Amino acid sequence: MTDLKPRYDLAVIGAGPAGLAAATLAATRGLSTVLLDEQTAPGGQIYRAITRSPVKNPSVLGTDYWHGADLVGPFRDSGADYLPGTAVWSVSRTLDIGLSRDGAARILPARHVILATGALERPFPIPGWTLPGVMGAGAAQILLKTSGLVASGGVVMAGSGPLLWLLAWQYLRAGARIDAILDTTPRENWRQAMPLLPAFARSGYVGKGLKLLLEVRRKVKVIGNVSALRAEGDGRVQTVVYRQGDGAEQRLPADTLLLHHGVIPNINLANATGCAQSWDEAQRCWVPDVDGWGATSVEGVSIAGDGAGIGGALAAEHRGRLTALDALHRLGAIDRATRDRDAAPHREALDRALRGRDFLDALYRPGREFRVPADDTIVCRCEEVTAGQVREAVKLGVSGPNQTKSFLRCGMGPCQGRLCGPTVVEVIADARGVSPAEVGYYRLRPPVKPITLAELASLPKAEDEVAAVMHH
Amino acid sequence: MAEPDVIIVGGGLHGCSTALHLALRGVRALVLEKDHIGRHASGVNAGGVRQLGRHAAEVPLSVASMALWHGIRDLVDDDCGFESHGQLKVAETEAELESCRERAAQLTALGFTHEEVVDQAELRRLVPSIAEHCLGALVSRRDGAAIPYRTTFAFKRKAESLGARFHEGAAVARVARSGRNWRVETVDGVAHEAPVLVNCAGAWADRLAAQLGEPVPLEVIAPMLMITARVPPFLKPVVGATGRTLSFKQFPNGTVLIGGGLLGRAHRDENRTDLDFAKVTTNARTVWDLFPIMRSATIVRAWAGIEARMPDDIPVIGPSGTEEGVFHAFGFSAHGFQLGPIVGRITADLITRGTSDLPIDAFRIQRFRHTAAAA
Repeated sequence: MTDLKPRYDLAVIGAGPAGLAAATLAATRGLSTVLLDEQTAPGGQIYRAITRSPVKNPSVLGTDYWHGADLVGPFRDSGADYLPGTAVWSVSRTLDIGLSRDGAARILPARHVILATGALERPFPIPGWTLPGVMGAGAAQILLKTSGLVASGGVVMAGSGPLLWLLAWQYLRAGARIDAILDTTPRENWRQAMPLLPAFARSGYVGKGLKLLLEVRRKVKVIGNVSALRAEGDGRVQTVVYRQGDGAEQRLPADTLLLHHGVIPNINLANATGCAQSWDEAQRCWVPDVDGWGATSVEGVSIAGDGAGIGGALAAEHRGRLTALDALHRLGAIDRATRDRDAAPHREALDRALRGRDFLDALYRPGREFRVPADDTIVCRCEEVTAGQVREAVKLGVSGPNQTKSFLRCGMGPCQGRLCGPTVVEVIADARGVSPAEVGYYRLRPPVKPITLAELASLPKAEDEVAAVMHH
Repeated sequence: MAEPDVIIVGGGLHGCSTALHLALRGVRALVLEKDHIGRHASGVNAGGVRQLGRHAAEVPLSVASMALWHGIRDLVDDDCGFESHGQLKVAETEAELESCRERAAQLTALGFTHEEVVDQAELRRLVPSIAEHCLGALVSRRDGAAIPYRTTFAFKRKAESLGARFHEGAAVARVARSGRNWRVETVDGVAHEAPVLVNCAGAWADRLAAQLGEPVPLEVIAPMLMITARVPPFLKPVVGATGRTLSFKQFPNGTVLIGGGLLGRAHRDENRTDLDFAKVTTNARTVWDLFPIMRSATIVRAWAGIEARMPDDIPVIGPSGTEEGVFHAFGFSAHGFQLGPIVGRITADLITRGTSDLPIDAFRIQRFRHTAAAA
């Protein structure tokens, strides 16, 4: 890491659309900028492997994916430093960034930090979701983008939301076999979504979305109004069991079950930094509090992109630029009037990109039966804690997720609550009969990514050097 | 609902233990907790149940508390995750080993035999994974560790089952005399009255003491801890070091807790702590040196609790020096967890009998009468 400057004006964390756009704008306009990213190549999740995907036929992943390449070129020319393969495990309120790279840790100070940590899939806890062969649709899509791999054998997809349909479409184009799509979108969601339809109809998504939906429906059996779901199998998934509405249980053989219930902000780093957050009832998740420029409650820390609330890839890009303009202003590089003037086209583009978003939020909101699982379903995979155990703790007087953490170790594992936090909040809120807003969320702690003791001690690894350390 | 006999401010382990010991005697306590039970130091400390290495004044209390720990299920109907595999302090040099011998001799002279010096062979039998350069250790074999939040919660539940009441989210705004009673108002405007008031407010206890006319020089500290992902079992006792700061133990589930009192920064008005990773690194180096087996271990979380430290590193326990009907138990200076069971009993004794069987003079609040920082 000798190529790093000792300190940067701006550190951007995450090389998805928001991070790429933010770093590009800031560096182009003169800030010393570093972009830190966990992956080995830029693109984030949405444009994962955009510079090196083995899937060369553009019609498989679609034109929206290949738009990502338009962000990488300008970034390369911007003069920003780029640190791929870097895990950021802490950002302090004093803007010291704890990072690990190539087996060594260090602290990198910055004058401003933009978190562009994006989104992750909402946990979809059903009985049997820990069986091999069951995975998130997002994970399956990453495999397709990075390695051109699709699941072999009989594939069943289940859940709700645009990404499920996009993946189905990409899978079909890549030649995969999909036996069925189990659509869990609750019927009553349409009632809430209908008033929002006109705005959605004017958005850029509607034409593309409909075309994609119809193409998938022509080729795959879609089973709607699915109200119950579980995976069964001996050592791995073999059968998907489901019910439609109040109907009887049906069984489908499957080698792979791909689950998806939309995406939620990845708030772990923001939360551990101490950024205030609020419950978003429309998107049914915790979202960091930000102003129109992405500024958080922590001085010098902003959030761009889906990490500050789900808006999609195009919105992320525009939010990245707005956040970078505000960073330029806060660091004294441009005055307020310049910031506001230069922001105008990006703000307009952002408004366009967000049009129709609330329709999607309303339509694809997961049903209660999937957000609040039954007693025997595992919610915390790291510590194997069931929904029933969480309910028992609530009965004893445990009132929030931080107490269930202390009590059951739920959320204490290496994933730091990414796979259980949203579900634990829903289960506790449901059991107490209050809003998740009242229940709160985990207080997360650095390191938000596991680091080795060796990295933390920043000690040499070779045995001869170990001996030198031992006799210091 | 009937007014309580005693109002306890602070729902940490000492407040919950006091409520329990009062309830066992039929005295009705109301605990006012500004956040939730065990939210701060009581819920997030290292869980060490340690007689080893205590200040001479604390030793009699610690020994008495240990007896309660070994029967903890009888007291609170929960084993609190308590396991007794001993605690030890490793000596890395001959000089450190000599200081261990002196310490053991001092305790023997005072009539206590729980600390003993062991040689390298016995150290290796107790801790097979210890680095080869370690020469011996000071050992307290009946010591151990428990799970802090579960313990505090168990005391609360048992006290509640015997009639104590707990109000969470009830921060105290004001205390004042009201005839023969103490009148305690919470920030949401609710008032409670009782003839006896107990200050178990931990890192916030100096504010209550100041309202009672006896300011104390309390320092708010944030001891840092970190924990690893699961590794195969290799360690039973809790291990500390003689020459450097360390508290190291493996839980039954395989995770390893690394602590030892290195301090982050506490912001008590925001319920918040900041970690200091430069110091965490010092801890990581100590573990690297003493436990080669840990070098590839993964740290998954680090945190700090908010705790009170007194200038002489021992707590305040006993009656107020200025007001009738007020008792203090705070300022445990990052080693109060093991004392929790006995301090509740001592405070209950002071309230119901006016005296304690255990020597508590060293903990009088009056010792700060002339040294209290101007608040």
